[in-house]
Amino acid sequence: MEQVVQQVIGGLATGAIYACIALAIVMIYQAIDHLNFAQGEMAMFSTYIAWQLMEWGMPYWGAFFLTIAISFVLGYAIERIVFKPVHNASVLSHVVIFIALFAIINSMAGFIWEFTIKPFPTPFGTKSVLGDGLLSAHGAGMIAVTGIMLALLYLFFRFTRVGLAMRAAAANPDSARLVGIRVGFMNAVGWGMAAAIGAVAGIMIAPVVFLEPNMMVTILLYGFAGAVVGGLTSPGGAVFGGFAVGVVENLASFVPHFGAEMKLSIALALIILVLTLKPNGLFGRRIVNRV
Amino acid sequence: MKTKKYGMIPALALGFAVAMAGSAFAQSPGVTDKEIKIGHLNPYSGPASAYGTIGKAIAAYFKMVNAEGGINGRLINFISYDDSYSPPKSLEQVRKLVESDNVLLVFQPLGTPSNTAIQGYLNGKKVPQLFVATGATKWGDPKKFPWTMGWQPNYQSEGRIYAAYILKNYPNGKIGVLYQNDDYGKDYVKGLKDGLGPKAKTMIVSEQPYEVADPTVDSQIIALKASGADILFNATTPKFAAQSIKKMAEIGWKPVHFLNQVSNSVGGVIKPAGPENADGIFSTGYLKDQNDPQWKDDAGMKKWFAFMDKYYPDGDKTSSFNTYGYTVAQNLHKILLSLGKNVTRDAVMKAAANMKDLDLDLLLPGIKINTSATDFYPIEQQQMMKFNAKENKWEFFGPILSGEVRGS
Amino acid sequence: MKTTSPVTSIIAAIGATLITLGNNWKLAGFILVLIAGAIFPLVATGVFTFQITQLLIYAIAIAGLNLLTGFNGQFSLGHSAFYAIGAYVSAVLMTQFEMPFYLTIPVAAAVCFVFGFLFGLPALRLEGIYLALATFALAIATPQILKFKPIEHLTGGVQGLALFSLKPEAPFELPFDQDQWTFYVTFAVTILMFFIAFSLVNSRSGRAMKAIRDNQIAAKVTGINLSLFKTLTFGMSALFTGVAGSLSALLIAFVAPDSFQITLAIAIFVGMVVGGVGWIPGAFLGGLFILFVPNIAEHIAHGLGWFFDLIRSVVPFFPTVSEQSAKGLTGTVYGVFLILLIYVMPSGLAGLLRLAAERLARARS
Repeated sequence: MEQVVQQVIGGLATGAIYACIALAIVMIYQAIDHLNFAQGEMAMFSTYIAWQLMEWGMPYWGAFFLTIAISFVLGYAIERIVFKPVHNASVLSHVVIFIALFAIINSMAGFIWEFTIKPFPTPFGTKSVLGDGLLSAHGAGMIAVTGIMLALLYLFFRFTRVGLAMRAAAANPDSARLVGIRVGFMNAVGWGMAAAIGAVAGIMIAPVVFLEPNMMVTILLYGFAGAVVGGLTSPGGAVFGGFAVGVVENLASFVPHFGAEMKLSIALALIILVLTLKPNGLFGRRIVNRV
Repeated sequence: MKTKKYGMIPALALGFAVAMAGSAFAQSPGVTDKEIKIGHLNPYSGPASAYGTIGKAIAAYFKMVNAEGGINGRLINFISYDDSYSPPKSLEQVRKLVESDNVLLVFQPLGTPSNTAIQGYLNGKKVPQLFVATGATKWGDPKKFPWTMGWQPNYQSEGRIYAAYILKNYPNGKIGVLYQNDDYGKDYVKGLKDGLGPKAKTMIVSEQPYEVADPTVDSQIIALKASGADILFNATTPKFAAQSIKKMAEIGWKPVHFLNQVSNSVGGVIKPAGPENADGIFSTGYLKDQNDPQWKDDAGMKKWFAFMDKYYPDGDKTSSFNTYGYTVAQNLHKILLSLGKNVTRDAVMKAAANMKDLDLDLLLPGIKINTSATDFYPIEQQQMMKFNAKENKWEFFGPILSGEVRGS
Repeated sequence: MKTTSPVTSIIAAIGATLITLGNNWKLAGFILVLIAGAIFPLVATGVFTFQITQLLIYAIAIAGLNLLTGFNGQFSLGHSAFYAIGAYVSAVLMTQFEMPFYLTIPVAAAVCFVFGFLFGLPALRLEGIYLALATFALAIATPQILKFKPIEHLTGGVQGLALFSLKPEAPFELPFDQDQWTFYVTFAVTILMFFIAFSLVNSRSGRAMKAIRDNQIAAKVTGINLSLFKTLTFGMSALFTGVAGSLSALLIAFVAPDSFQITLAIAIFVGMVVGGVGWIPGAFLGGLFILFVPNIAEHIAHGLGWFFDLIRSVVPFFPTVSEQSAKGLTGTVYGVFLILLIYVMPSGLAGLLRLAAERLARARS
C-alpha cells in the first residue's frame, strides 16, 4: 500500500511535466485549431536559449523572462514566415510542415549545442517537501508555475479583448473576419504565446530530465495524451489530464507479470479507451460539425 | 616496447611488397596506389543522432592521418553515410558503400540491430565488417562470421565482473536492477545473472526495466528503493544514469551502486548529475576519461587534446564519444600501417585477427588489445574503479580483469 | 551493357506491340510497364535494383494509407504498426514454422486486415486530430509490443529474427540472382496490389468510401453503412501496408523492433502527402521521395562546409565548423526540402502534375 502511495506521488511529479506541456498544446490549439507536432522541439530550443543566456552570465530570472520574450518573437516569426504562405493548404500539408519543423529544430539544436546532457538550474531547490523525498521543492514549484499559467490564461481568454478575439479567430475565422478581427495577426500572436508557454514548460522540465536535443520528443507525446484526455478545448482539463496520465502510467507498473515492461503501452491503451468513450475528452466541449 | 614490436611488421611487409613488385596488389577493391577507401555507417539524423559525433571524430582522425602523409603513401578516403539507426536503411547504405563506392572495408557500423541486418550481406560478399560499435556478445564468432569483428568489451562480461565482485564482498546483499529494455540492457542483466549463478534468484529482489521513450526513471528508482535493495545494478544510458544518480540523492537512497561503463563519463554523466551525488559509485573502465584530472599530463591524452584542437575544434571536449572515436580509428590506422603496400580485404582481416598486446593512446595503462584467429574480441580487459567525489575522479583498484564471455 | 542487343530487340518488339494495340493506350501503357519491369533488374546494378524494390514496397504501403486518408478521410500516423505486423508474420512463419515465403504473404495480408478492422472499431468514434493521436500512440507502442516477453520465443525479442539463410532463390533454376528475383516477386505483388487499389476506388464500394470522406452525414442519408465501410476501409488499408511489410521482410531479410519505429510511420505519411492525397499513382512519387530525399539531404549537408567558410569570411567571430560537422545538419536540410515542397505544391506532386496537365490542355485548345 505504501508503495502505491509512493507511486501516485511520483506520478504526480512526472504528471506536472506532462501538464505543463499539455497546457502549451491546448494553448496553440485554441489559437490555431491545430496540434503542433513541433511544439516540444520549440520548447527544447527555448530552453537552450535560456541555458545559453545563463552561460553568458545572466541571472536566472533575467534569462527566464528574456527567453519567454525571445520565444514569443520566434513563435510569431514561424507563423508569419512558414505558415502564412501555405495558409490555404490542407491540414495534411500542415502536418507535414510540423514534421519538417521538428526535423529542422531538432538537428539545429544538436548542431549548435551538441548532444551531451546539460544540467539545468532550478530556482526552487531540490530539497524534499513531502514524504521522504517523494515530492521535491522543484516538483512543487513546477506544479505551482503550471497553476499560475493556467490562471493567467483563464483570465486572458475570458476577460481581455485580445483573448476573446483570438478564440473567435481560431474557432470561426470567417465570422471573426466579418466583425473586424485580424485573423492572420491573431494566429501569429497565438503562435507566439504558445512558444512562450512552451518555453516556460521547457525551463521547468529541464532540471528534472536534463537538457538535451531529444528531451521533449516523448514528453510531447505524453503531453498530447494529457491534453486529449482532458479535452483539447479546456486548459484546466489538459492540466488534469497531464497529472492523470502521470499517475496512471506509474500505477500501470503494478499490473502483475508485465506491468513494468508494458507501462507505456498500457497508458496509451487507456488513452484510446477514454477517447472511445468520450471522444472530446473528459472536460472538452462537443465540437459540432455542420453539414 | 609494444610500439617497437609493432613497428617491425610494416617494415617486413613493405619489404615483402617490394619484392613482389606490387602490381598484383593494386587490384583489391577500394585500394589504388594513391588511396584507400573506408566505408562507415553512423546515425547523423533521427533519434540516435547523439552518436553522430563518433563518426565526426573518426572523420577528423583520418583527416589528421592524411595531413600527416597518409598510410604508407596512400591517403584515406573516408566515406560515411547516415543510416538513422534504422536497420533497413543500414542495409541500403552498406550496399551503396560496397557496390557503388567500392570500399575496402566497412568500419564501425553502430547498433546491434543495424549490424545484424548487414552481417549476412557483408560476410556473403567477404567484406570486413570491422570493429562494430556495439557491446553485444555475438560479434566474435569467426567460425560463422569470419568477416565480422567487435571491438569494445562486451556488456555480458562487464556484468560478470560486477557479479564476481558482489559475490565476494556483499554475499548477503539484496540487488535491485535497473536496465534499458533492449538488447543492450538485457545483455548486462544476463551477464549479472550468469555471474551470480544459482544465487541470482535469491539475491535479485527487484528488476525494473525502462523504455528509451520514458521521460524519467524516477518511478523505477522509487520502486527499487521500496523493494529493500541495498545494491543497485545500473545498466542505463547516460541521460538515465544521470537522472537516477540525481533522483537517488533527492530521495536519500544510498545503496552500493554499480554503474555500467556506458555511462561513467565524468563530463557526460557525473558532472551533470552532481559529483557529490556520485561518491563511491563502482564501475569499470578501459579508456582514459578526458575530464578526469588524473590524465591531465598523460602523453596520450595530450595528443588527443591537440587532435581535437586542430582537426575537430567545434567538437565537444567533454563527450566520451570523441575519445572513443579517436581510439577506434587509431586501432584501424595501426592495422593498415602494419599491412604495408599489401592492402586487401583478406590481409585486413588477418591483421585484425593477429593483434598482439597492442597499446593505443587512450587505453588505460595495462590494458592491451589482443586477438587471434579464434579470438575476435579485441578489448576484453577492464579495470574496476570507484568514484571519488572529493577529487572528482575515478580511482582504479584491483587487478586488470577479463570477463571473457564468448559466443551467444 | 552486355544485354544491349536483347534490349534493342525488345524495344523494337514494344514498338510493334504499340502499333498493333492502336488506340488502346491503357493496355499499351500496362504492357510497357510490364516490359520495363522485366528488363530493369537485368540492366541495373544490384544496389539500384535493391533501392527500386524498396521503393515499390514503400509505394504499396503509401497506397494503403492513401486508401484510408485520401479516399475515406480517416487520419493515420500509425501505419508503421501494420507494416511491422506484416513483416513479423512473414518472418515468424518462415523461421518458426518453415513456411515458404510466398505463402506467408496472404497470411500477413489476412492478419493485417483483421488487425486493421479491429483498430477501425474504436477509430469510428474518433475524428481528425483525435484519430491521428490514437494512431500515433499505436505507432509509439509498436516496438514495445514486439519485444513483449511472453511472445519472445516467436518474435526473437529485442534481437529480432534474421532470415538471410531463408531468402528464397529463383525457382526452376532461372538464371536470376537474389536481388533480381526479389525484385520480380515484389514487382508482381505491386502490380497485383495496385490493380486491386484501382479496382477498389472505382467500384461501388470506392464511391461509398469517397462519399463518406466528402460528407459523412449526407452519405448516411443515402443509405451507406458508415461503420461497416469505415472499418472495412481501415482493414483494407492495413492489408496493403501489411503486404508491404511482408515484402520488406524478404528484401531486408531481418526484422527487429528498431526497424519499425515511429519514424517509419511518419515516412509513410510524408510519402502520401508528397505524392498526392487521393491519387493512387502518387504512391510511387511518395516512395521516391522518402527513399531518396534523405540521401540527397545528407549529401547537401555534407557539402555545406563552404557555406560556413563563406559566413566566416564575412563574420570573423562566427564559430568554426569542421567539414565533418556539417553532416549534423542532415535533418535541417531535409526539413527545409519538405517545407519548400509544400510551398511549391501544396497538394503534393499529384497536384503539380494535374496543374501542368491542365495548363497543357488549355494551351492546346
